[in-house]
Amino acid sequence: MATQQTQKLARILIAPSIILLLLWMIVPLAMTAWFSALNYNLLNSVTSFAGLGNYRYFLSNPAFLSSLLNTLVLVGAVLAISAFFGVLIALLLDQVIVGRRVVRLMLIAPFFVMPTVSALIWKNLLMNPVSGLLAWLWRLFGLAPVDWFTQVPMLSIILIVAWQWLPFAVLILLTALQSLDQEQQEAALMDGAGPFDRFFHLTLPHLARPLSIVILIETIFLLTVFAEIYVTTGGGPGVETTNLAYLIYSQALLQYDVGAASAGGLIAVVLANIAAIFLMRIVGKNLET
Amino acid sequence: MARRTPVPRIVLTSVVAWTVGLVIFFPILWMLLTSFKTELAAFSSSPSFLFFHWTTENYVAVWTRSNYLEYAWNSVVIALGSTLVALAISVPAAWSMAFSPTKRTRGILMWMLSTKMLPPVGVLVPIYLLYRDAGLLDTRLGLVIVLCLSNLPIMVWLLFNYFKDIPKDILEAARMDGATIGKEIVYILAPMAVPGIASALLLNVILAWNEAFWSLNLTSSHAAPLTAFIASYASPEGLFWAKLSAASTMAIAPILVLGWFCQKQLVRGLTFGAVK
Repeated sequence: MATQQTQKLARILIAPSIILLLLWMIVPLAMTAWFSALNYNLLNSVTSFAGLGNYRYFLSNPAFLSSLLNTLVLVGAVLAISAFFGVLIALLLDQVIVGRRVVRLMLIAPFFVMPTVSALIWKNLLMNPVSGLLAWLWRLFGLAPVDWFTQVPMLSIILIVAWQWLPFAVLILLTALQSLDQEQQEAALMDGAGPFDRFFHLTLPHLARPLSIVILIETIFLLTVFAEIYVTTGGGPGVETTNLAYLIYSQALLQYDVGAASAGGLIAVVLANIAAIFLMRIVGKNLET
Repeated sequence: MARRTPVPRIVLTSVVAWTVGLVIFFPILWMLLTSFKTELAAFSSSPSFLFFHWTTENYVAVWTRSNYLEYAWNSVVIALGSTLVALAISVPAAWSMAFSPTKRTRGILMWMLSTKMLPPVGVLVPIYLLYRDAGLLDTRLGLVIVLCLSNLPIMVWLLFNYFKDIPKDILEAARMDGATIGKEIVYILAPMAVPGIASALLLNVILAWNEAFWSLNLTSSHAAPLTAFIASYASPEGLFWAKLSAASTMAIAPILVLGWFCQKQLVRGLTFGAVK
């Protein structure tokens, strides 16, 4: 048998992936850690050791606390919207519906729209206080149009991001629903289980795993929402819509403060890892090699 | 189900479902309509839905005036380039893990997944500085490298997921019949692996096409893909809504169609095989 040979070949085949990912993960992360301990500004040629100074600066910066809070609000709100409406819409689409395929296509479409497009379409075509469609709709009902990005900037960002991620939840949950054992459903029906019984004892437990996967994957992406803020509010007004990702970006590429931005970067990595650990546990369970 | 759903119920759920679907799809539809309006009509505060003067002047304008083709070409090169390089690296890896798993395979897969959890903003500064020093800022090669590496874990996972479902008995049988490794791959494994590779390719093209974080931060003019081109419409000077809509429609159309066709593979890829 060619076992020995195969083993050797297997190792050679997998080596490039491992080496590249190792470089990709360790080199920049080590550099971030190193920079975070330096007084390093791109505009200033003198670089000195800062110890924990950058962390102290970053953590005591009021913008940091508010950006952390903004990040949590954004992630939490979008998660709540996409989990709640995701389940509802997935259940709805699982019914007998005329033209279900078309409805399904319409529902998942926003997920494929690039973030800069969805943000600008919402900001201009829909949310503009004078010519936006929402303003027209508000006036139709005799209400004063809302100046979205001035009056409720964070809510506006949440709406845009939720519009992109709700379809993701629908797509995953619907796929999971359709794999729900029909026989089990039939049996429950035979036993005289009402719709609520069936939902709480059969459907919801079945959705628990895909739902937790949706939540964890969205968390990882939502923690670093960037383009939507970049093209709409630029983090403002003030720092009202500045999340952690945007704050780090502005420290690094707008203020050229590499040290502080790196400290912020490491903090973001730690936060993302908390969500990642849970996700990996769930995904890992599915892994039978 | 064997039971037939009563007609009034079908009507009711259909009406509700279509309403929800249309509401969620509406921004895209509105963008499409606006792209056929004149700038004046697009900016009007009393919008018209169908009865406006339809024009294709915006498409012509975007196409001819704003180097649209250059941006689109950058998108194509970056999306396809990063995908093909990632495939070349990930197919052998997924292959070897699916067919000769060792005690460490599980650990390696989990570790690869963990690299995907790294928020890009955590390594923005060093990548930016390395790129600046290596002359990779605002180059297509630079973006190809970053996107290839950042999507590599997803590719390995998705491919591994497909490959491990290929029955291994077939290989045994072929070996008994005296097939060499080369023949084994060409005649038996390759045909069975094609669907997996195709869906990994599609998923990666979609992800790379829509990627915005690295595209916005690492490019300015030469290598800017469509995501960055659209972002240039954010500047407040002059409101070109109809042109923004036309450019956006062209930018998202190919991916929307692609996404619609490969929903199932997407679910599998995006959940790392946990939902099929």
